[in-house]
Amino acid sequence: MTPRDGAIVSLRGVGKTFENGVAALDGLNLDIAEGEFVPLLGPSGCGKSTALRIIAGLSEASAGAAAAPAGNIGFVFQDPTLLPWTTMAGNVALPFTLGAAGNSEPHAAVARALARVALSEFAEAYPRELSGGMRMRAAIARALVTEPRLLLMDEPFAALDEITRFRLNNDLLAVWQELRRTVVFVTHSVFESVYLSQRILVMTPRPGRVFAEIAIPVSYPRDERFRTSAEYAGYCRQVSDALSHAMGGAA
Amino acid sequence: MTRTKKDRALRIALPLAMLALAVLAWDLVVRAFAIPPYVLPSPARVGATLVNDAPLLWQSLKVTLSIAFQGFVLAAFGGIALAVTFNQWRIAEYSLYPYAVILQVTPVIAIAPLLLIYLPQPLAVLACAWIVAFFPVLANTTLGLNSVDHNLVSLFHLYKASRWQMLLHLKLPAALPQILAGLRIAGGLSLIGAVVAEIAAGSAGAGSGLAYRIAESGYRLNISRMFAALLLLSLAGVAIFLVLSALSHMLLRRWHDSAVRQER
Ligand SMILES: Nc1ncnc2c1ncn2[C@@H]1O[C@H](COP(=O)(O)OP(=O)(O)O)[C@@H](O)[C@H]1O
Ligand SMILES: [Mg+2]
Repeated sequence: MTPRDGAIVSLRGVGKTFENGVAALDGLNLDIAEGEFVPLLGPSGCGKSTALRIIAGLSEASAGAAAAPAGNIGFVFQDPTLLPWTTMAGNVALPFTLGAAGNSEPHAAVARALARVALSEFAEAYPRELSGGMRMRAAIARALVTEPRLLLMDEPFAALDEITRFRLNNDLLAVWQELRRTVVFVTHSVFESVYLSQRILVMTPRPGRVFAEIAIPVSYPRDERFRTSAEYAGYCRQVSDALSHAMGGAA
Repeated sequence: MTRTKKDRALRIALPLAMLALAVLAWDLVVRAFAIPPYVLPSPARVGATLVNDAPLLWQSLKVTLSIAFQGFVLAAFGGIALAVTFNQWRIAEYSLYPYAVILQVTPVIAIAPLLLIYLPQPLAVLACAWIVAFFPVLANTTLGLNSVDHNLVSLFHLYKASRWQMLLHLKLPAALPQILAGLRIAGGLSLIGAVVAEIAAGSAGAGSGLAYRIAESGYRLNISRMFAALLLLSLAGVAIFLVLSALSHMLLRRWHDSAVRQER
């Protein structure tokens, strides 16, 4: 199946039932345009990770059709998922070590990716020696190093403290505005999704599908002023309401 | 002194004090009951034997250590190679793993006499050292290869890693802590295996290892030499353990929780 016009990711009626009988997704439709930053918002267990793995080609849909660019996809997991036995530079270079194409100067690309997440001076440090936030930034650098067309992020900041999370949200927005790659960002945080995006997809509990699509027509760049504005609070309430509707009305 | 320094000093001083006490008690008992040396020699007499028989004992120590070392190296390579084979080919695992277990659970002391019939003695001793030492390497490596983080496996799939890359860049390094744990156990066991086979061969054997010395000295009622040889065997075991622990620490120093000293 080819994606709908202008869409880089397109899911049509996608269902996923695991061997143990759990139906994680059922009738999931979504289209994501090139260069968009779209959060998938939903309660835990609603199939967000499953949807992301299907988009990445790591898992097969058991029904429906999924279209996404083949190859050159970046993936960031909830945990940094670094190789503990090698340095930050070694970790960021992993896609090249495994033969990912796309760059004739891997060293320069790794240095650039590390600089982008402000980890240049820790290139030779081992993951064990750095904080959770720094490890997460290394994971983002690794996902960006091949300059992927599509970046998939699975609750990347859920395990971090709030202060670190705000910082990384800002850093991520800055990188996105510079590179304008397509980002699908799974989260269960209403606040995070409103802050980051112009369009939020709210999912229902298992089996997951898109329940509502909410526009946040606020231009970038966004900063702390937006985060503390009444406008922001209003959108958060709206998204929060949609989420509790999706979950069956229990507020 | 800081707490940790004091702690470390105690960890060295206390066992040494215990040793001194035990030796003292041993000496006192021998003197008080006038025990003849062919029943229980005094510590001083064992020490003297250690010095007087040094050339002979040293020669035997070298023989035993060399067998244990060869058994260990074979066990290390054999165990790791077998674990990798099992990991890559299910068929091989299903066909052979039960026999690896059988080999492990059968007491080696019962296998040794048979091996001594079919193999020349040095080879039989080596085979025993190998049999007891390879299983912990196999079991630990298998466990390590199978306990790789699922997300890392997904990541490698995403970047289209080949089977070979998956093994070399992910599974083997991830298994390294377990492999090293297996090797630490195998080091001690290879010594035990060598000793068991030498003892089984007994004085009839043509060996000249430390265990053979112990058996031989027993027949001759040379009890102090038995003690001296036993002491050397224990020291050899301790040395093997220390060397392997140091190796493990060196390899894991920068990245594994077990080796990183957490600053407080
Ligand atoms: N490999 C799997 N095998 C069986 N069930 C799974 C598997 N992966 C996920 N599930 C189940 O599918 C549902 C959705 O999981 P997931 O996509 O991880 O949700 P989310 O990311 O939204 O928290 C859960 O009930 C989970 O237990
Ligand atoms: Mg998830």
